[in-house]
Amino acid sequence: MTKKLIRGLIPVIALIFLYAPILILAVYSFTDATQIGAIRGFTLKNYVTLFTTEELRNMILGTILLALASALLATLFGTLGAIGAFYSRKRVSSAVSTVNQIPVINADVVTGFSLCILLVVVLGISKDTYLPLLFGHVTLSAPFVYLSVMPKLKQMDSSLYEAALDLGATPASALFRVVIPQIFSGMVSGFSLAVTLSLDDYFIATYTKPATFDTISTYVVNATKGSQTAIKTALWALSTLIFVIVILIVLGLNLRARRADRSDLRKEAGR
Amino acid sequence: MKFSRKTLGIPYIIFLLIFVVAPLLVLFYYAFTNGQGQFTFRNLTGFFTDPNTVGTLFYSLAIALVTTAVCLLIAYPVAYVLATSGLKSKGVIIMIFVLPMWINFSLRITALKEILTLIEGNLAFYPFLNSVIGMTYDFLPFMILPIYNTIVKLDGSLTEAARDLGADEKRAFLHVTLPLSLPGIISGVSMVFLPAMTNYVVLDMLYNSTYIMGSLIGSYFSAYNWHGGSMIALILLAIICVFTLVTNGMEEEDARAGGALL
Repeated sequence: MTKKLIRGLIPVIALIFLYAPILILAVYSFTDATQIGAIRGFTLKNYVTLFTTEELRNMILGTILLALASALLATLFGTLGAIGAFYSRKRVSSAVSTVNQIPVINADVVTGFSLCILLVVVLGISKDTYLPLLFGHVTLSAPFVYLSVMPKLKQMDSSLYEAALDLGATPASALFRVVIPQIFSGMVSGFSLAVTLSLDDYFIATYTKPATFDTISTYVVNATKGSQTAIKTALWALSTLIFVIVILIVLGLNLRARRADRSDLRKEAGR
Repeated sequence: MKFSRKTLGIPYIIFLLIFVVAPLLVLFYYAFTNGQGQFTFRNLTGFFTDPNTVGTLFYSLAIALVTTAVCLLIAYPVAYVLATSGLKSKGVIIMIFVLPMWINFSLRITALKEILTLIEGNLAFYPFLNSVIGMTYDFLPFMILPIYNTIVKLDGSLTEAARDLGADEKRAFLHVTLPLSLPGIISGVSMVFLPAMTNYVVLDMLYNSTYIMGSLIGSYFSAYNWHGGSMIALILLAIICVFTLVTNGMEEEDARAGGALL
């Protein structure tokens, strides 16, 4: 009995550790308290500040735009790279795979710093062009797209492409109509991974961003050092909002997966 | 030019050359030159003869070791209990444990900071402890997930066989389950140890003013000292390489041992 209790207790304690800070902050984001612990009245002030302060709005929009743009580019480069490497000679493809591992294993601080030296110090590209920042994030995430597309290519039935060519398709249309649909799920998971990597990044952004631009990460880190309480508590609202959005996305994905499972079962039963 | 599937890889190869290979070469060049562009070992010897920087190296190793140990001590029981439980929707439950991963880490650390401030009054009293708590809070899901994935795929009949052959529960766990979950532990450790050596923002946000390896790069960056910063980056890169080679080697050895077992 006690053993069962301990077994059940371990995950619960870990869950409390992981969630208590976020949830407590979420509760306080609806009050006018400037510090956790003080009991104050209910207000939506923090949420109003979050959406009406231009600085905050620009920072959030900029972060999302950067995430989407860099993820799109990363998906394009990573997918092309995976297809190219998959059909190349063994030597070439293993060389590409090895170099592809470098940004995956490397510390973000090192990646960001080395990109800054090459692009800004050596090549003299101004950070204000946003190019170092954009390509910094593409460098961070394209290898992960490559890694999520590669297994799909390996699972693919290679005779389908040949069949399409035999039936008169041009190589380009065979690629778009036969290969791409089969690796599409890998591209989608690579894309979403790229978005989350960009949203969570701090180090590459600090070393490559224009001085006047902030992502959520760099903004929050600077704001915690400052003493503007209105901004500080508005960030609690942002944290709560992101928490809710993440929960909704995960729930949605779970429901969809479950529905897909069920329709698979139905198909099996129909056979 | 004739269209072929191979040529599709060319843009990515060029991309990797420009954004992955070239920055590393530039890093090497800057690490071994001084402000006048002359070749020098000064940056390297300077790092290992300055007690401050050597101290920083040991401090970051200490933080990384303790954080990894704490993460492992929490994550293993959690992953084990979840993976071996009879619950139907294990997938959903493990999702709940890794969900915080998708919330921006700086916002999560802000939340943790408020709680710690409430408990401790002043964060400055326990800088090392707070840094370890912060890193554990940040990296715990990365330790839970790989261990869970390994244990959940384990063949349950192996533990049963051990029990049938007379091993008690403890023995069966120590001699069967634990060794077989080693690959998960290794990949978890490699996902926690290296970030714990370099993620200096967690320390900054929790008011720990002691430097770790990452903070050195940050301070050289702020001082526009590209040569010093490059050397630190290079030393970190060397540590990462050694660490990766060791963990890969362990994984391979483990795979061979696992093969022998079956």
